[in-house]
Amino acid sequence: MANLSNHLMAITVLAYLAAMICYAAEYAFGNRSHIGRAASRPARQLVGAGAPVDAEVPPPDDVVVERPRRDLGKIAGWTAVGLNAAGLLVHLGTLVTRGIAADRMPWGNMYEFILSVTFVGSVAWLVVLSRKPSIRHLGLFVTLVLVMLLGAAGLIAYTPVGPLVPALNSYWFIIHVSTIILASGIFLLGAVPASMFLIKTGYDQGKRRFPYTLGKRVPAAAVLERLTFRLHAFAFPLFTFGALIAGPLWAEASWGRYWGWDPKEVWAFISWVVYACYLHARATPSVKRTTATWIALIGFATMLMNLFGVNLFFSGLHSYANAGGMG
Amino acid sequence: VTAVKEHPTPAATPPPRTNPVWALLRNSWRQLTSMRTALVLLFLLAVAAIPGSVFPQRPVNPERVTQYFAVHPKLAPVLDRLGGFDVYASAWFAAIYLLLFTSLVGCVFPRLLDHLRALRTVPPEAPRRLARLPAHAPEQCRPEDPAAVASSIAATLRRRRFRTVVREQVDGGWTVAAEKGFLKESGNLLFHFALLTVLIGVGFGHWYGWHGNRLLVAGADRGFCNSVTQYDESTLGPRVDPSDLPDFCLNLTDFTASYQTNGIPKSFLATVAVTENGGPAKSRSFTVNDPLRLHHAAVHLLGHGYAPILRYTDRYGQQQTKVVPFLPTDTMLTSEGVAQFPDVNIDPKTNKRDENLQVGFEGVFLPTAATDGSPTSAYPAQRSPALFLTAYRGDLGLDVGIPGSIYALDRGQIASGELKQVDGVRPHELKPGQSWTLDDGTKLEFLGTEQFATLAIRYDPTQPLVLGGAVVGLLGLMLSLAGHRRRIWFRALPGSEPDGGGTLWEAGGLPRTDYPGFGDEFNQLVESTKRDV
Repeated sequence: MANLSNHLMAITVLAYLAAMICYAAEYAFGNRSHIGRAASRPARQLVGAGAPVDAEVPPPDDVVVERPRRDLGKIAGWTAVGLNAAGLLVHLGTLVTRGIAADRMPWGNMYEFILSVTFVGSVAWLVVLSRKPSIRHLGLFVTLVLVMLLGAAGLIAYTPVGPLVPALNSYWFIIHVSTIILASGIFLLGAVPASMFLIKTGYDQGKRRFPYTLGKRVPAAAVLERLTFRLHAFAFPLFTFGALIAGPLWAEASWGRYWGWDPKEVWAFISWVVYACYLHARATPSVKRTTATWIALIGFATMLMNLFGVNLFFSGLHSYANAGGMG
Repeated sequence: VTAVKEHPTPAATPPPRTNPVWALLRNSWRQLTSMRTALVLLFLLAVAAIPGSVFPQRPVNPERVTQYFAVHPKLAPVLDRLGGFDVYASAWFAAIYLLLFTSLVGCVFPRLLDHLRALRTVPPEAPRRLARLPAHAPEQCRPEDPAAVASSIAATLRRRRFRTVVREQVDGGWTVAAEKGFLKESGNLLFHFALLTVLIGVGFGHWYGWHGNRLLVAGADRGFCNSVTQYDESTLGPRVDPSDLPDFCLNLTDFTASYQTNGIPKSFLATVAVTENGGPAKSRSFTVNDPLRLHHAAVHLLGHGYAPILRYTDRYGQQQTKVVPFLPTDTMLTSEGVAQFPDVNIDPKTNKRDENLQVGFEGVFLPTAATDGSPTSAYPAQRSPALFLTAYRGDLGLDVGIPGSIYALDRGQIASGELKQVDGVRPHELKPGQSWTLDDGTKLEFLGTEQFATLAIRYDPTQPLVLGGAVVGLLGLMLSLAGHRRRIWFRALPGSEPDGGGTLWEAGGLPRTDYPGFGDEFNQLVESTKRDV
């Protein structure tokens, strides 16, 4: 079962990689005009699959979805989404087999944690995509981040399957870790529209140097900015609960104090403060939206620091998340 | 769809000249409570927290601070003066968060007053031209008269929990003004006041709480009672007197640990006999993640290890037995420790202690000695326990009065030659039950081991307050992020039909915060008022 999980993991990365190539193909060959039109159209809420259909809501009029024209870019785009979804299923399989092999929730070490965070990010991406098909072009960057993180998980953080140490054997393990995985996954996804918004804004201002050239075909800046905010506004309370309520509750039961400035706790605090900064900056009219979005990206950097940096550089009480099999 | 400023500021009349000191104070206060300052302070707080994860912190791990001093002898004292080893208690960190919270108070109290005022005001009269609002439903006709239309619209709005006011106009028309979404600001204020509660809770918890660590060896005669002197290490809050500590005694009666085949622990269970307030002893068990909760204290299991039982027989045949905890150095419980016998080899005739005949043994204990002779344990349970000791004789240096580690011999004494290694360079191996006769005929016996548990005992009186504050804060946060304040107006005018009956009505809506879904909500609302009339 453990080997199966490892094989599935490899297939997941390959599927995301293939999806990335197809997204890139669409990006490169896609018909600029219809994408441009879809992008500049005011975003309209689409009714997600399974949601009750309200007769009052006008039918979705998204060109990308309904236009019968079959061009190369469109085929590549939908292949990409298909591969992305297939990758997601294999990703789920990786987690499930890993969980069965270890006979517990697959969140016990850094490798499994990254596997779970990227899974949440991938699910959230497909959910957002189903509601707003016009942002499909971001898929290239989402899959890029997924492939990089999963690659890092496999290369740096791989840990053989093993049971939990007693310190993790608590129902708080499920509550604390699952909410943080959810929140991290959504923050991770939120960083994609955030950086694309900055690139797009630069592009709209006439900048044509390398990163800004990527902004040529992405959705309108306002759409990206709003998506960034909504993802962060959704993830922030989750993170607050997972890191600053469930975490301290467990820490109190386990270590006797609810907060002890362990390196993981320090960086969770830093991430929380930076994201709080972002939400405040965005709510303040005098702060530019680009400035606010930069703060969100700094927040993302602190999350990455907590995910990789703290495990690799500092030792602390959270060190069961150790990279490698040091236990 | 744009957010609209709440109060259009009227053109201010030039204020009378004020005292410059007062003006400076007032401007500083305004500066401090501005959003920009709050943002900068928040950012500073995040940056200031970083050193606490880079440098070892005294309250978290004092040993690593000592190590840091040894490795960086030049840098460490400078860092120490800057508070680098206790960042979260340093003056500059406190300065940042106190300024931040002052700024917060200065911001949220006026907002609270504003919000209370807003909660009591009725929704304002409809603007003259509803068509100019971000959301608008064009004029439509109805057969009923304006008053009936207005009241039925108002009923619909009230059902949807809008605050609704119906006003009759001089021209015979009626307007309905409705507002909703006050929970956003309520939640926002709730969140910020909850943060203040958490800060106050943390502060009081620090003042009135206490904690201590104790290594407790199993055995009836090795119990522990809750007083400062019996802790290995303890910290009382500034408002706690040693006599305030609750009265209880603990006796470790049993400790069991089980392991996977690869040595990773599966479970721990500590069983203690507890006596509270002089009452009868009760047997209680606790484990990792499930502390022993007593009145006004909680006992947490932090770690465990082995304490070899050693009996030393000196030159005069006197025997001393010590149970010496050896501290684990790895997950397989390879443990290091030292047994010191300062009061041995005392001549019974003179009854004088010869300081050069004190004895110490230093070494490692392996619960499972590997067959290949490696110096580390192969498994954490005692499968083939072995003790590897080096013997020293001379002055142990315990009488100088400098507190040293009880887990290592005084290196200075060894370096100065006051304490000499005896009986070979290689450590001597002892299995349980074996004895070792030294060159002077004295004897050390390894009788077996006891288990020990390291316990953290804590009391924090404000924990429920902090938790309550955090939960309420989260609730407020969700309300403030999910809520949207918006206003909707309907105007019903008498119809222009020849018989004078009927109503001509229109509607307009204004989201007062960034709310992309407002258009949909507005349309749906207008449709449902059409149905209800």
